[in-house]
Amino acid sequence: MGYNVDEELKKVQKKEYDVLIIGAGGAGLRAAIAAAEAGVNVGIVTKSLLGKAHTVMAEGGAAAALGNVDSRDNWKVHFRDTMKGGKYHNNWKMVEIFAKQAPDRIRELELYGAVFDRTEEGKIKQRNFGGHKFPRLAHVGDRTGLEMIRTLQDKAIHYPTLHVEMETTITKLFVENGEVKGAFGYNRQTGNLIVYSAKSVIIATGGFGKVFRVTSNSWELTGDGESLAYREGVELTDMEFIQFHPTGMVYPNSVKGTLVTEGVRGEGGILKNINGERFMFRYIPEMFKDDYAETEEEAERWFKGDPNARRPPELLTRDVVAKAIRAEVKAGRGSPHGGAFLDIASRRTPEEIKRVLPSMYHQFLKLAKLDITKEPMEVGPTAHYAMGGIRVDGETQETNIKGIFAAGEVSAGLHGANRLGGNSLTDLIVFGKIAGDYAAKRAKDASLKSISDEEIKEAIDFTLKPFDDSNNEDPYQLHAELKELMEEYVGIVRTEEGLKTAIEKLKDMLKRADKLKAVGDTRKYNSSWHQALDIKNMITVALIIATAALQRKESRGAHTREDFPETDESLTNVLYVISKGDDGFPKVSEATYPPMPEELKQAMKEAEEA
Amino acid sequence: MSVEEKKIDVYSGAVLDRKKKIRIQRGSPETGIEMVEYDVEYDHTEVVLDIVHRVQAEFAPDLAVRWNCKAGKCGSCSAEINGMPKLMCMTKMIDYDDVDVLEIRPMRTFPVIKDLVTDVSWNFEVNKRIKPFKPPEGLKELTMQQKHVDRVQEYRKCIECFLCQNTCHVLRTHQKTNEFAGPRFMIRLASLEMHPMDTEENRLKEIKDDFGVMMCNITRCCTEVCPEEINITDNGIIPLKERVIGEFYDPLAKAISWVKKLL
Repeated sequence: MGYNVDEELKKVQKKEYDVLIIGAGGAGLRAAIAAAEAGVNVGIVTKSLLGKAHTVMAEGGAAAALGNVDSRDNWKVHFRDTMKGGKYHNNWKMVEIFAKQAPDRIRELELYGAVFDRTEEGKIKQRNFGGHKFPRLAHVGDRTGLEMIRTLQDKAIHYPTLHVEMETTITKLFVENGEVKGAFGYNRQTGNLIVYSAKSVIIATGGFGKVFRVTSNSWELTGDGESLAYREGVELTDMEFIQFHPTGMVYPNSVKGTLVTEGVRGEGGILKNINGERFMFRYIPEMFKDDYAETEEEAERWFKGDPNARRPPELLTRDVVAKAIRAEVKAGRGSPHGGAFLDIASRRTPEEIKRVLPSMYHQFLKLAKLDITKEPMEVGPTAHYAMGGIRVDGETQETNIKGIFAAGEVSAGLHGANRLGGNSLTDLIVFGKIAGDYAAKRAKDASLKSISDEEIKEAIDFTLKPFDDSNNEDPYQLHAELKELMEEYVGIVRTEEGLKTAIEKLKDMLKRADKLKAVGDTRKYNSSWHQALDIKNMITVALIIATAALQRKESRGAHTREDFPETDESLTNVLYVISKGDDGFPKVSEATYPPMPEELKQAMKEAEEA
Repeated sequence: MSVEEKKIDVYSGAVLDRKKKIRIQRGSPETGIEMVEYDVEYDHTEVVLDIVHRVQAEFAPDLAVRWNCKAGKCGSCSAEINGMPKLMCMTKMIDYDDVDVLEIRPMRTFPVIKDLVTDVSWNFEVNKRIKPFKPPEGLKELTMQQKHVDRVQEYRKCIECFLCQNTCHVLRTHQKTNEFAGPRFMIRLASLEMHPMDTEENRLKEIKDDFGVMMCNITRCCTEVCPEEINITDNGIIPLKERVIGEFYDPLAKAISWVKKLL
């Protein structure tokens, strides 16, 4: 179709906001509410319609030490569980803020209109989940994410200074002298190009599961925020830590990877191999030995409510359970479609299952023609969550570029080497609010900076490049190749040789990505154009993941190296920070967090004894 | 077929064991609208959305379709499949084994933007007009019994796919978008009106006057197409109508409700 940059420059729309938020999932919406409350002018852009973000798919719940179900719970235990689950690689400052503020953020949601499931006393009910010592997840059946996003959406739309721009994709950030001044994007419905001037920009774009073939993620999770930031000099970290959720659907093929909530195990579900063996007892790591039942008998006592019994090993952290299932399959003890059996049918009555796991019941009945109240499900690991992402200041969520903030899955630090289930939804509202607060604070002191025609022309050219008539790469084909490559070399278990191969191939793919071709005679809702831009981001992120994974010569949490199977204690506090090198490819440097203060060490100790 | 002969789709890993004619509505009001036919191979376990994606990958990369989660949770991929309003991600191809041609059209009630994508912005405008939840002042935490929130939770299962809006004949046939908010927003209004802790006054009056609850004549088409199986009409709209009648048209019922409130 071709394009003329000078002509486009004349037509480009110009908008101004104090705070521009990219992404309208839980973190973006909570940030928008905070910034609007602070009285500044807020724009929030989303690639999708409002309320469709990936947050909607979160099922099990949002973790907060409310102590409604077990009064022994408090922030210190939540702090310890999160650090331990993250294999002590977390940004302890963020974990402290998180554990302390989580209960207020959750209760506040009910004041916005959310309606969680209730305890007998009428308080917010909490359920058990992997790695959490006490029942801690506020939930609504197995559709907690929907409750959260709808609540935030319905709250946000009533602020007069908050503007939602739906189906708009950001393709570039404008940065000058280490400070942000705006962003560039296009509206999907019209194909029109837009320049945004902004004093603060919050990136809340989520993760990048779509670089893998088997993933629980929706189409949106293409690493936009990570690549936008990286291209302008923002630092990323912990990119090697990608959580493979142990229980994705493995059959039928069409829905391979679709999430099966950890809530199934939280509600009593157990894992078995083809021989009917409850295999998780064989996979309890040394560091968790004291917290988990050694025998089926003890696990059963816990299930029946004995407070002195320890938790069943199905509730180990996700990294552990995912690797255990993979090992069972490798050993030839997998289920017919290459997974493990997840059995809730023999554990709870059909009525209970339908009440506490309604959407799982529905999902299996509709898509797999399987009744989970009668038969076990078949499940296996699926790429689920990025622990790593944009490196932020633990207290403000600001990045190394002034005025750029990040919150939610796109940011790094809270979850360390492995995220606990239920901590993600709470992450969104705790750090979404903080990012919104500080972005608004900055916007009150800063002024809008001009964006030159030259800068805009560069952004136009970048955005419309897929319409260059000389391009010849098919975006759908390149995406297929990317996913295969990532599954093979950068998946759940990695080796030096595989990662090096991946890096070489990804560098080549990145070059090919410059030649991605959009077809059709209009920019209006042109999927090939959207796909071409998304894939460039995905390849950029994939290369960063592989680079970081090659650097980390140990196995820790979600990062497993076949050639370095042990955890190296000297690397606990070592971060691999990725930024864009002079050659255009990722470069790695090392950083560490400051040592944990005595009072937090004391809190951990108290929690151990709780 | 032996394993070697199986045709595998590189994009999804699907085993392509069947073939069907798929007609998809293409185009926009500016360019003209037409049905375009594609011969598509597919895996019998796939859903309709997989087939639309295969059309994009193999025949029409610029085909416009809205989708997000592909798991029935976000409500983005609403369309009319052989005339029935459905989510494409939750509609199995195997259910159409007996038909020769599969026709996929966008939702008819909303203006077409392009191909299968419609302009649903009217719904977001209606939602803005609904006053937000208003908790009692000064409370930091809400205490509510499960039995009092059961029905509110049923309404809150809505994934905003707008299939009910698309099907409601008040909107679809009579285009009464100024007078009637449609089933989706009746359910949203019901979730507020029946929330045990909501203190916003005048909701019922607005439900009657601004959102037009009495326009619904209970054909239950909305309930029939709801992918979340919310009992929209019987559990949502009818109780709202009863409340409106009690409040505005039945003096005895109103007196009883006043006495109840005092108690």
